[in-house]
Amino acid sequence: MYEAIVFLPLVGCLIAGLFGRKIGVVSSQWVTSGFLVLSALLSWVALVSVGLQGNTETIQILTWIDSGSFEADWRLRIDTLTAVMLVVVTSISSLVHIYSIGYMSHDPHQQRFFAYLSLFTFAMLMLVTADNLIQLFFGWEGVGLASYLLIGFWYKKPSANAAAIKAFVVNRVGDFGLILGISAIYLTVGSVDYDTIFAAIPGLVGQNFTFLGSEFPIITTIALLLFMGAMGKSAQFMLHTWLPDAMEGPTPVSALIHAATMVTAGVFLVCRMSPIFEFSPDALTFVTVIGATTAFFAATVGLVQNDIKRVIAYSTCSQLGYMFVAAGVGAYEVAMFHLFTHAFFKALLFLGSGSVIHAMSDEQDMRKMGGLYKLIPATWVMMLIGTLALTGFPLTAGYFSKDAVIEAAFMAHNPAHMYAFTLVVLAALFTSFYSWRLIFMTFHGKSRASNEVLSHAHESPASMMVPLVLLAVGALGAGALFSSLFIGGTAEGFWAGAIFTLEGNNILEEIHHVPAWVKFSPMVMMALGFVTAWYFYIRSPETPKRLAQEQEMLYKFLLNKWYFDEIYDVIFVKPAFIIGRFLWKQGDGRIIDGMGPDGIAARVLDVTRGLGRLQTGYVYHYAFAMLLGVAAFTTYFMFGGAH
Amino acid sequence: MEIGLAHYLTVAAMLFTLGIFGIFLNRKNVIIILMSIELMLLAVNINLVAFSTHLGDLTGQVFAMLVLTVAAAEAAIGLAILVVYFRNRGSIAVEDINLMKG
Repeated sequence: MYEAIVFLPLVGCLIAGLFGRKIGVVSSQWVTSGFLVLSALLSWVALVSVGLQGNTETIQILTWIDSGSFEADWRLRIDTLTAVMLVVVTSISSLVHIYSIGYMSHDPHQQRFFAYLSLFTFAMLMLVTADNLIQLFFGWEGVGLASYLLIGFWYKKPSANAAAIKAFVVNRVGDFGLILGISAIYLTVGSVDYDTIFAAIPGLVGQNFTFLGSEFPIITTIALLLFMGAMGKSAQFMLHTWLPDAMEGPTPVSALIHAATMVTAGVFLVCRMSPIFEFSPDALTFVTVIGATTAFFAATVGLVQNDIKRVIAYSTCSQLGYMFVAAGVGAYEVAMFHLFTHAFFKALLFLGSGSVIHAMSDEQDMRKMGGLYKLIPATWVMMLIGTLALTGFPLTAGYFSKDAVIEAAFMAHNPAHMYAFTLVVLAALFTSFYSWRLIFMTFHGKSRASNEVLSHAHESPASMMVPLVLLAVGALGAGALFSSLFIGGTAEGFWAGAIFTLEGNNILEEIHHVPAWVKFSPMVMMALGFVTAWYFYIRSPETPKRLAQEQEMLYKFLLNKWYFDEIYDVIFVKPAFIIGRFLWKQGDGRIIDGMGPDGIAARVLDVTRGLGRLQTGYVYHYAFAMLLGVAAFTTYFMFGGAH
Repeated sequence: MEIGLAHYLTVAAMLFTLGIFGIFLNRKNVIIILMSIELMLLAVNINLVAFSTHLGDLTGQVFAMLVLTVAAAEAAIGLAILVVYFRNRGSIAVEDINLMKG
């Protein structure tokens, strides 16, 4: 069964990718979507079997690398953590596949699109089922590749290509840390198998690496390096710049890869590596600080963006920050829970915005929308549900998971927990504001779109609405339904050791005893954000403009995303170009080519030209050479050869 | 003064040198090169005959006859080639004959 879950998407990818032209568009869609739906159904069965009945297993697929003391087998590790991720990945992926049938219907390269989607799903499943770090790394790079291919899917758009390259390069920075972390683990433990590593880690407490003459604590170093990989993949503060640009890809891709699944791989990594992180309070503090900073930073930027997808992209970035805060304070279960619910409502928001974009003839600028709720009421309802869940309206999915994150931040014993608490509560306010701003600007008020666009505005086809409805059900119900399993009283039996926590870590218990004002603070923030957004965009639409003029510095600062792209351009991109140009012109062109191929060729030419000049063509020159030869031989035999 | 072997050899050497210089210093005419070659062959002949007489061995003179024959044949072929060459190129000046120039 587990083999089927993992390999069905690969089969679908191969069929659609290799034989797509032969079998046609419709068959490709059906094959890939069908396999994914099957895989998703099996995943739910797996979740029941693993999570509720406790049937964890490890399935050997094949021996992959067996070289000296280095062993990496291809095994599927099926525990609760994997099962949860399987459900998230395959469910969202299958819904996105179905949605894409409608959304991509005008695209001439649909087989390729579906092949990529399935390839992504396979790589992601490989990542979450990994039983050793090498297999995890394989999946990790696989999803990176698929992300690159899908962001640059419309390869004729220069901006899409640039975004794809940016995503790839920024991720390489994180992957550099990850691979260093894996190497460090292999260096100290001598194995890349999860079980061996986890067994060896407690024995390494207090030990140090010696590197360049200084001492570094082993566990903290490893944890921080692994987290660097997670930061890249999950678009955390300082490595986040690729995520908003990744919105150049088709909207279903944004929903699947850049909201629900791939970007959460970093959170998954931290949770999977909880036996390492638990032993390093310093690394956990760092995780908390970065998570909280990201949550706050991305939310502030989201306040002023005008591209509907960018708002949601920054929202994703911010929510990923929430997950890292939860993981950083030791509440890995809460992080996974938020990951789980976030997948539903963020995919819903993205696919809903895709539906809006579809209706508006590919317009993404919210300043050119407005008043759409009459034209596309079903989409409006879906987006409303997504927004309620994201802002944490009582009893929706976000209410359970997000509040748990905030409570966990408050109750934690981490040195940075109050910093994190303050920032995530503020971020909750901003989240509510930008989410409602999105709704109001898009669906309410007077329409700012041209009449031509409005006359074409239409509700999306069934293939797009059905996934939206299913996701909406998830966004409403996933919290209430799974809250007790993930973070409630039955959590211990549910996780069954898949997540490791130290003896003293009772955060899951403690979050139920927070003071009342902490419990209500997210809700107050949500209401405050809603009222402000309503006042700004419905009641008096001139207020935001006036405010932007009054606080021009701040507005520009936020609109330009804290100038991160500009700073990186000056610090990294420009110098990289200069170094590259120098190495190209001087290093490669002048030295390597000059000494190497070009130089040798030039010398050969010189020699032959000289030899050619010897061939004058005059008979007497040849005769002279002959004579010289005879004279030389004679001399040699007379004076040299005799002795 | 008795004319001995050394004299013959000296004459032969002079002739040979003349032949060599005839080849090198001549810029005008290929026929002169041919003549120079004849001259060098003659020098060799003189050497052969002189040594033959000196050593009392007739083989040298037989060789001389052979060389004469070869020289005659060579001259005939060389002149024939020259005639054809002149017809083709319109000149037999040495400077113009450099088709083999690299």
